[in-house]
Amino acid sequence: MVSDDFDVKQSWGKAVREGLSAAWPICLGYIAIGLAFGVIARKTGLSPLEIGMMSLIVYAGSSQFIAAAMLGADAGFLPIVLTTFSVNLRHLLMSSSLSLHLKNLSGGRLSLFAYGITDESFALNMSRFHGGHWGWRPALVVNHATNLTWIVSTIVGGIGGEFIPAGFFGIDYALTAMFICLLVFQLRGNHHILVALVSGVMAVVLSLIIPGNSYILIAAFLAATTGLLLRKTKRHSHEKGEKG
Amino acid sequence: MKGEIIPIIIGMGIVTYIPRWLPLFFLSRRRLPPWLIDWLGFIPAAILSALILPSLVTTGEPRHFLWVKPDLWVAIPTLIFALKTKSLAGTVVIGMVLYWLVTHLY
Repeated sequence: MVSDDFDVKQSWGKAVREGLSAAWPICLGYIAIGLAFGVIARKTGLSPLEIGMMSLIVYAGSSQFIAAAMLGADAGFLPIVLTTFSVNLRHLLMSSSLSLHLKNLSGGRLSLFAYGITDESFALNMSRFHGGHWGWRPALVVNHATNLTWIVSTIVGGIGGEFIPAGFFGIDYALTAMFICLLVFQLRGNHHILVALVSGVMAVVLSLIIPGNSYILIAAFLAATTGLLLRKTKRHSHEKGEKG
Repeated sequence: MKGEIIPIIIGMGIVTYIPRWLPLFFLSRRRLPPWLIDWLGFIPAAILSALILPSLVTTGEPRHFLWVKPDLWVAIPTLIFALKTKSLAGTVVIGMVLYWLVTHLY
């Protein structure tokens, strides 16, 4: 948990340094995906300015790719907005989980923080919060440094992305490798390992059955609930055992 | 069609921001029951696993199984490295180098 004491002591200068030194794996990944998005969006007829506006206002990788594809297929306002909504519902879980570590912040700061919640910033900030020595300031720096990287990369991709060699030095794998390590950080005990296994297997099965990416939300929701029930029954049987 | 792009972007922005903002804004300033805190504690592991695993073993649209993706085979040594070293920077670099090697030698 972030204590007030710790937060007050932490200056912005230190927060920027800490945030940037934590954010670089995300930035690498966003450069790769952002350039690719820029190239694709340009091909569907968006100008670099429109690409930049979309990255700034929407700031959600997968739904931007889907929107570009739908715009290319001449889809209208409602289908695109509804698809975006369903694709990004998973952020409900991430935002709820982050709320445990962002106590005593003003509404304005919370609203500013919420803008920068992505799969990547969520995973990174959660593992840092758990490790202690992390406050809302460096977390906010992570959010906005990665946001800026995303916006610039998509615009650059839109202007001249086809001239950049694809797959430069394994950059496409930066985010996967980061996720793998952040998952390792999250495996604190058998219950967490079991939850991760249940969630992963369910996600694979659901992803083969349901189109779109709602499988992430459903699998994570059910797996976390499994973990909670397991902990409850364990605790319950433990108490019974002590009495008996 | 062309004139519609700005409203589409704004509409997308609103529906993306709401799920990010709503729980943070309303849960942060409440005292949560212990079971909810426990449940939320499982969410990062669950989300990460649900993000990673399908991307390693499925491909295409509609999605189907594919065991021979380099993503999966690179993930195994990357995972072992992460378990042994607990180093985020090291894991990212090792993963990238292995992926680059595999996709270039393949």
